[in-house]
Amino acid sequence: MAHRFSAGPHTSDSQSRQKGAASTPAAGNGKNEQWGGAVAPGMLAVALTGLVGAAVYFFVWGKWGPPAAITPVGKEVDRQYQLTLAITGAIFILAQLGLAFAVLRYRGSGRGAHYSHGNNKLEFLWTFATTVIFLGLGLLGYKAWGAVRLTPASPGAIPIEVTTSQFVYNFRYTGPDGRFGMTDPKLISPSTGNPLGLDPNDPAGRDDIVVPTLTVPVGREIDLLIRSQDVIHSVFVRELRLQQDAVPGLTVPLHFTADKIGTYDIVCTQLCGLGHSRMHSYLNVVSESDYESFLKRQEQLLRQAGGR
Amino acid sequence: MRTDEAQIAVGALAGGAGNGEGASGGNGPDGGDGMQWPAASGSVPPRAYVTGVTMGLGAVLMFFMALVSAYIVRKGMPNSGWIALPAMPRILWLNTLVLIASSVALAQARGRFRAGDSREFRRWWGAATILGLFFLAGQIIAWRELASSGVYLATNASGSFFYLFTAAHGLHLAGGLIALVWVLRLPTRRLTLGTATEVAAMFWHFMDGLWVFLFLLLMLVR
Amino acid sequence: MSAEAEVSARTQAARQHAAAGAPRGFVRKYIFSTDHKVIGIQYYALALAAVLVGVVLSIFMRLHLAWPALHLPFVSGGVMTPEQYEALLTMHGTIMVFFVLTTAPQGAFGNYFLPIQIGAPDMAFPRLNMLSFWITLVSFLCMISAFFVPGGAPLSGWTAYAPLSALGQVTGPGEGLGQTIWLVSIGVFCIAMLLGALNFISTTIDMRAPGMSLFRMPLTVWAWFVTAILSLLSFAVLLAAVVMLLLDRTAGTSFFVPAATVVSEQLQRHSGGSPLLWEHLFWFFGHPEVYIAILPGMGVTSHLLSTFSRKPVFGYKAMVWAICAIGLLGFLVWGHHMFVSGMSPYSAFAFSLLTLSIGVPSAIKTFNWLGTLWGGKLQFTTAMLFALGFVSIFVTGGLSGLFLAQPAVDSMLHATYYVVAHFHLIMGVAALFGIFAATYFWFPKMFGRMMNERLGKLHFWCTFVGAYLIFFPMHFVGLAGGIRRYADFTAVDYLWRLQPLQRFITWAAFATAAAQIFFLWNFFWSLRRGEKAPRNPWRATTLEWITASPPPHDNFAGNYPRVYRGPYEFSVPGTAEDFLMQDVPTGPEKGARE
Repeated sequence: MAHRFSAGPHTSDSQSRQKGAASTPAAGNGKNEQWGGAVAPGMLAVALTGLVGAAVYFFVWGKWGPPAAITPVGKEVDRQYQLTLAITGAIFILAQLGLAFAVLRYRGSGRGAHYSHGNNKLEFLWTFATTVIFLGLGLLGYKAWGAVRLTPASPGAIPIEVTTSQFVYNFRYTGPDGRFGMTDPKLISPSTGNPLGLDPNDPAGRDDIVVPTLTVPVGREIDLLIRSQDVIHSVFVRELRLQQDAVPGLTVPLHFTADKIGTYDIVCTQLCGLGHSRMHSYLNVVSESDYESFLKRQEQLLRQAGGR
Repeated sequence: MRTDEAQIAVGALAGGAGNGEGASGGNGPDGGDGMQWPAASGSVPPRAYVTGVTMGLGAVLMFFMALVSAYIVRKGMPNSGWIALPAMPRILWLNTLVLIASSVALAQARGRFRAGDSREFRRWWGAATILGLFFLAGQIIAWRELASSGVYLATNASGSFFYLFTAAHGLHLAGGLIALVWVLRLPTRRLTLGTATEVAAMFWHFMDGLWVFLFLLLMLVR
Repeated sequence: MSAEAEVSARTQAARQHAAAGAPRGFVRKYIFSTDHKVIGIQYYALALAAVLVGVVLSIFMRLHLAWPALHLPFVSGGVMTPEQYEALLTMHGTIMVFFVLTTAPQGAFGNYFLPIQIGAPDMAFPRLNMLSFWITLVSFLCMISAFFVPGGAPLSGWTAYAPLSALGQVTGPGEGLGQTIWLVSIGVFCIAMLLGALNFISTTIDMRAPGMSLFRMPLTVWAWFVTAILSLLSFAVLLAAVVMLLLDRTAGTSFFVPAATVVSEQLQRHSGGSPLLWEHLFWFFGHPEVYIAILPGMGVTSHLLSTFSRKPVFGYKAMVWAICAIGLLGFLVWGHHMFVSGMSPYSAFAFSLLTLSIGVPSAIKTFNWLGTLWGGKLQFTTAMLFALGFVSIFVTGGLSGLFLAQPAVDSMLHATYYVVAHFHLIMGVAALFGIFAATYFWFPKMFGRMMNERLGKLHFWCTFVGAYLIFFPMHFVGLAGGIRRYADFTAVDYLWRLQPLQRFITWAAFATAAAQIFFLWNFFWSLRRGEKAPRNPWRATTLEWITASPPPHDNFAGNYPRVYRGPYEFSVPGTAEDFLMQDVPTGPEKGARE
C-alpha cells in the first residue's frame, strides 16, 4: 500500500499543535510561574557561592596538600602547579559565580527573554583568549618537564638500577667497579637470594649491591634506571614530584638531586595485581658520610656472604 | 515489506558486508505528490545503504590500520626478537592476481548490467564470486605452506601478524562473498544498479584494495 | 472534494497505515522490536540495571576503603581481600564506562530521539539497530558472568594493561578465565557499538526531513552524530587490540608481552612484545570514549538551557564547530594518559599542547552556555536544574584537566585520587547529570506521563551537593599523594593519615547513593501514576514535541514534518507565543544564524 503524503496536512496541523501546546493546562502559565519561583535559583546561587568559597579556602589555606618538594625540579613543578592553580582558579570563580549570577538575575520574573543568536565578536574574543592562555600555560610547563625528561643525567650522576616485580622493589648499586653485572632471566630466584638473576660468571656483577630500599647522598645527582621483571609497576616519590612507570622490556632513566636529608615513601602507582597497595619502599636521603658508610656496610655484608 | 527484507540482509551480514535492496521503496512508479524523502515515502532512501556501507568500511579501515600500526611498532621495537618470515608463500602472488581478476569481473558485470544485459551480468558476477572463492582457498593453501615450513601462529611475531592479517581479511572477504551470492540469487526484476549491486561491489573492491595493500606491506616491510 | 477534505482523507489514510505497519504481538512489539523507541527504552533499562550494579560495587569499595577491617555482607570470608577489591574496581569501571556512560546517552536517548528530532520514522537500518542492542545485552551478561567463574572477575582495571592482563592466572586471581571473559565481552561490545554507530551516521545523513539542513539540526542531534563518528572510529581500534590481547592469552603470541618476563620465578614463553603498544591502542580508543560519554550530555545541556531560558542557543554555529573540534582533537590527545608510561618525552610534550588546545572548544561551550542564560527568562524545572548542574560540574571537572594535561604537573598527580576526582566529575557525574536532565525532560514524551517535580528537585539537590561532597575532597587526597586503585591504605603511613578524608568521602557516597531512591521512586511511580503528559509540556520547538506522547509506531502517524527554521526559535519578536516550532511555516524562514 502506498503511503505518500504531501507537506500539506502538517501545515495546518502544526499550527494548531503550536497553539494546543500553549493552552494545555500542564504547560499553562500557572506552571510557568511555579518554574519561575525564587527558591530554586536562590538555593543554586547559594550552593555555587558556597562551592567557590570552600574551593578557595581549601586550595589556598587547607591543610591537605603535598609535603614540601626536595629537589630543584620539584620546586619548579610546584611553581607550574601554582601558576595553573591561579589561572584555573580565576576561571573557576568567574564561571561558577557567573552561573550563580545568571540564575538569580534572569530567574524569569516578568520580563521576556532577549532574542539573540549570539555575538561573533565575543566568540572570537574568548576563543582567542583561551587559546593564548591554555597554550601559553603548556609552553611554560616545558621548563619543569624538560629539566628531567629532555636532559640526560650529568656524567657524574650515581647510577642506581631499580627493578620491580610483584610486589617488591630492588635497588642495585654498581659497587666499587662502577659497572653493573649481567643478569639472566633464567637465574631470577628471589627465594634463593638472587632476585635480579645476577650472572655469577660475570666479574662485574660480583660486587653489585642489591638492597630493598633506596639510599642516596644529599646533593648528588642520582640516575635511576627503572626496569620491571613481570608486569608494569611504577616508582613514585611525592616529595620528588616524580613518577615513572616501570615497564617490562624497557629501561627508563629518571634523574634527580635531592637536597634535603630525610626518609620518604616510594609507592607503586600502576595497578600491578593483588599486592598493589602493599608495594612500598623508602627513599633515604642521607649525608655524604652516611652514604659512604652505607656502601661500606653493604660491601662488608656481601663479603661475609662470600660474594657471588 | 520489501524494505524489511533489505534490512534482514543488512542485519544478517552484520554491517560489514552490508547490502541493501532499498531502491524498491524509492523508485516505484507511484510518484505521489513529488515530495522527496521522507515525507513522500516513509521508507529508507537507497543512498542510506551506500552511506551505511561506507561507514562500515570506515570502521573496517580503522580496524586494519590499528593492526598495521601495531605491525610497524612491534617490528621496530628495540628488543623485538623479530625474525622475518623465511619465505612468503609463493601462492600469494597467484591469489593476488585472482582477487584482482575478481574485481575486474565484478566491474565488467556492472557494465553489462548498465547495458541492460542481465544474462551477461549474472555470468560475470558469478565469475567474480567463484574467483573470490578461489582466493579464499588459496589463502588456506598459503597457511598450510607456511605451517609446513615451521611457522605457526605463535612462532614469531612476523608469523603472528601474517596469520592475523590474512585471517581478519579472509573473514571480511567471506562476508563479501555472502553478499555476492545473495545478489546473484535475487530475481532479475528486483535487481537495481542503485543499491544491491553497488554496495556489494563497493565492499568487494575495498577488500581487494585492502588485500593488495596488506600484501605489499607484508612483502616490503619484513 | 475540497482541498481540506482531501488533506484530512490523506491524514486518515496515513494514520491507518501507521497503525497497520506497527507490529502486533507482545514479543515483536516489546522484546524483539525494530522500533527505535522500544530499542531506546531497552538500552535505558540495560543502563539502569548496569548503573545499579556499578553503584553497589562502588559502595562496597568505599566501605572497605574507609574501614578496611569491616565485615561486609556478600563478601566471602567477611573481610574483603585485596584481590576482591581489585575485581570490584575493575568491574565498577568497566560496567560504568561501557554499559552506562556509553549506552545511556547514545544508545538510549540517541536511539529514541535522533530519528524523531530529524523527522524520520525510524533509524535507517532498524534490524541492525535491534541487533546492536541484543549484542550489547549478550556482552553485558557475559561481563557479569566473570564474577562467577573460578578465580572471579579480573583485577587489571578497566584499562586492562598488558602484561598483567596477558599472562593468565599466574599474575593474579581473576587473570585466568575472568580476564578472558572480560576481553570477549568487550570485543562483542565493540561490534555492537560499530553497528549502532553506522546506523546513527546513516540516519543523520540520509533520513532528515525536508528542510532539515545540517545547521537546523538540534544540538542534541549534532552531539549524537559526532559521538557516532567517534564510536565508529575508536571501537574498531579497540576491537583490533582486544583480538591481539586474546591471542596473546590463548594462542601464545607476543604482541604485548616482552621477552624475559618472569612471574613468580617462572620465565614466560613470550618474546619481544610491547606493553606500551597496548597502552597506545587502548587509549586511542579510550580517550575518544571519554567524549562518547560526555558529548551527548553537552548536547542535552545546550538543548535544555535554551528551552528553559526561552532563548535561542547563544552561538549555535560556534557550538556545532566546538562539538566537531572536540571530536577531532579527541583523537589526537590519547598520549596524555601516558606521560609517565615510558613513552618518548618529546611526544609527551606534543600531546600536552594538543590536550590543552582541546580545552578551547570546551571553554567555548561553557561561555556559550552562560551566554544562552544571559538575558533569558529562566524556568527552573528539574531538567533545567540538572542542565545547570551539568555546567557547574563540567567546569569543575574540566579545569582540573588543565593540571593533568601538563606532563610536569602530571608527574605528581598521575594515578592519584586527583585523577579519580577529575574523571569522575567530568566523565561520570557530568555525563550522569546529562542523563538525568534528559530523563526528566523526555520522560513525558517517552512514557506519556510527567515526572513529579517535587521529588525531582529533591533528587537534584541531594545529587548535586552529594556529588561535590564525594569528589571535591578527592582532589586533596590526590594532592597529598593518595594513590588510586589501592585496596586499602594501611601499608603506608602518609596514606593512612588521609583516612579522615576517605571516611568523609565514603559517608558522602553512601548518602548520595541512597538519595537515588528518590529518582527510582519518582521514575517508577510516574510510569503508572504520573500526570498525563500533553504533546508539548515544555513549550519546546523541536520535532519530538509535534507528535503524540508517546509517539506512534512511525513517530508522526504518517504526517512526516517539513522543517522551516532552526531548532531554537524562542521569544521571537512579533510572535504570539514565546516559541516557534520547527515545522510551523509562518514566521521568519531562516536557519539558526550566528
